[in-house]
Amino acid sequence: MTRDLSALFDPRGIIVTGVSNHPGKFGFVCLHNLLAAGYRGEIFPVGREPGEVLGRSVLGSIDEVPVGRADMLFICTPPPLNEHLLRAAASKGVKAAFIAAAGYREAGPDGIDAEQSLVAVADELNIALAGPNGQGVVSTPSSMCAQIVAPYAPAGNIAVVSQSGNFVSSLLNMAHLSGVGISRAVSAGNAAQLEVTDYLEWFDQDPETSVSLVYMESVDDGRAMFERLRAISTNKPIVLVKGGASSAGARAAASHTGALATDDAVFDGMSRQAGLIRARDLEEGFEAAATLATQPLPTGNRVVVVTTVGGWGVAAVDAMAGTLLDPIPLPGDLKAEINELLPPRWSRNNPIDMAGGETRDTVPRILEMVAGHSEIDAVLFLGLGIQSNIAVMMRNGPFFPDHGLERIANFHETQDARYAGAAAAVAERTNTPVLVATELTNTRPETPGPATMRAAGLMCHASAARAIRSLDLLVRHARWRQARGI
Amino acid sequence: MSVTLSEAESRRLVSEHGVVVSGFVTGETTETILDALKTDESVTYPLVVKLCGRQIAHKSERGLLRLQINDQQSLRTACDELLAAAEPSDGNVELLVSSMVKGSRELICGLHNDPQFGLVVMLGIGGVLAEAIRDVAFRLAPITETDAAEMIEDLNAQRLLGEFRGEPALRRQELIDVLMALCSLGAAHPEVHSVDLNPLIIVDGRPVAVDALVELTQ
Repeated sequence: MTRDLSALFDPRGIIVTGVSNHPGKFGFVCLHNLLAAGYRGEIFPVGREPGEVLGRSVLGSIDEVPVGRADMLFICTPPPLNEHLLRAAASKGVKAAFIAAAGYREAGPDGIDAEQSLVAVADELNIALAGPNGQGVVSTPSSMCAQIVAPYAPAGNIAVVSQSGNFVSSLLNMAHLSGVGISRAVSAGNAAQLEVTDYLEWFDQDPETSVSLVYMESVDDGRAMFERLRAISTNKPIVLVKGGASSAGARAAASHTGALATDDAVFDGMSRQAGLIRARDLEEGFEAAATLATQPLPTGNRVVVVTTVGGWGVAAVDAMAGTLLDPIPLPGDLKAEINELLPPRWSRNNPIDMAGGETRDTVPRILEMVAGHSEIDAVLFLGLGIQSNIAVMMRNGPFFPDHGLERIANFHETQDARYAGAAAAVAERTNTPVLVATELTNTRPETPGPATMRAAGLMCHASAARAIRSLDLLVRHARWRQARGI
Repeated sequence: MSVTLSEAESRRLVSEHGVVVSGFVTGETTETILDALKTDESVTYPLVVKLCGRQIAHKSERGLLRLQINDQQSLRTACDELLAAAEPSDGNVELLVSSMVKGSRELICGLHNDPQFGLVVMLGIGGVLAEAIRDVAFRLAPITETDAAEMIEDLNAQRLLGEFRGEPALRRQELIDVLMALCSLGAAHPEVHSVDLNPLIIVDGRPVAVDALVELTQ
């Protein structure tokens, strides 16, 4: 049975303990972050010194919190106080607690005892306990940034759970840079009571989430985890990044099979069997999740590249080597259709290199034809940037806005924005993924191509190779589903 | 603690669960071997003769293995010599006589009780270089036929599995059957700690186990 975590992610009100006027202390930071992100519920700051912090009056104890107004307790205070805080909060109707405080299992034998005792109290009170030793929880549907660290992130459909708190921050920053947003994010900390799989099961039921992204280092009960993850994967995709994958893990074994069964070889097999989308590192994991969150799942592996430049297309096809992706020859009927639109110098094959033959509306029309073709499962569009680059040069040069430069710069910028918008619209109309890549995503993110995609919450990959890697992971997952009739 | 079954015992166990092994007979005397061969048409010359026992780990180092036995006279001699080579410390021993099969491609399959995930099943590119190449795929047992088919697809050396040096392509369904058979063995015998089928030679496209070793937890 999935554990209900709505009190953790969408609480009506939050009690923050350990609040003081010191802006370096966790209680202050958490209160600040909740206020700064515009948390929708009520906040009840509790601290030792009465008075105001950040314009909010601080309660002397949880006893002063009205019953039934807060569902969640955020604890930054040291271990000896915390069981009492849980009991006091439970009497006010609190159903979930995030324990940011350290000093538990990670701190040695006394910490282990304190952690077990804390979990026992939470279990007795029927409180869902996140952490301890975690950095916090983010939930954009509630505009909630309950963290002792930053940042916050734009709203979206990716849910994050991480066994490393700082990787939550890294992923939130990637969401910020890309514009592809987050629904929920939680640092699992020591995962004393709620485990990674508990969060994933709740995300699976969460209408705000379309894909989960997990960073995992350790596995406790591998068999039970496998069964639960496989069940989730049949519904919503899980992207997984595994830390510690390089540790040899090979054991002395009498059998050849045992000698070959390194930790990672077995973990990787488990991931494939469970339908997990395993990424090599955090960037790849975020990009795969962002692609899943913003594109339809491909139904096959036939890919066509649409580009305005020969070299980009060559590099894209090279990047498909060793993947499941197939850069198919262009279907004859499609070739004939494109002949009508482009001058004869176009490539006449895959990649479709328009070779500068495109006019104002060519790119959107070709994208529509390609993505709409029944024998093509995915499109990679590499056409953003040339026009924006010219516009940047003109705007920053000594002749702007004279000599017609303003008009032509505007035109170039509008075109890049149109192309970006067209790629997204075509993907939606044809239910075929249309991935977009340009180095401007990182080098000049303010230019209209990437800026348009970011503003729409769509993934604009920083290179063809990275887009291909995401697409390959999507195709692998689609195959896993198809092979099981899902 | 674990105990390793003799190769003869291991072969009998895996073949009971449906793993295709090269044709073989076992016996404790030369005469029982010769009698068994008269009625068992699955065992054909040339033959391999081995002396097996739970205490015998390194057959080739001790010369307890004879290859390319082409006729009955040589077989009789080989059986007599191997039985004479047994030492008291070998404990119970028996002869294992099997057909020599040929194929240029070797796979490895097995089971292993993993400390994190329990019983896992493996498929890999086999032979003497198996542990150096490490082209392997694991799954948690039991598996479905879909899982087994995906294990085959996971191997990097796909070219080895197609038509190769005049030999037909691997019959994938028969390899799936081997993986399923291993899992059913594992389910029927919770005491199994590991199983090695190494090598599994691809003979005319069919995977045939020519060596099996089962390790039990005691």
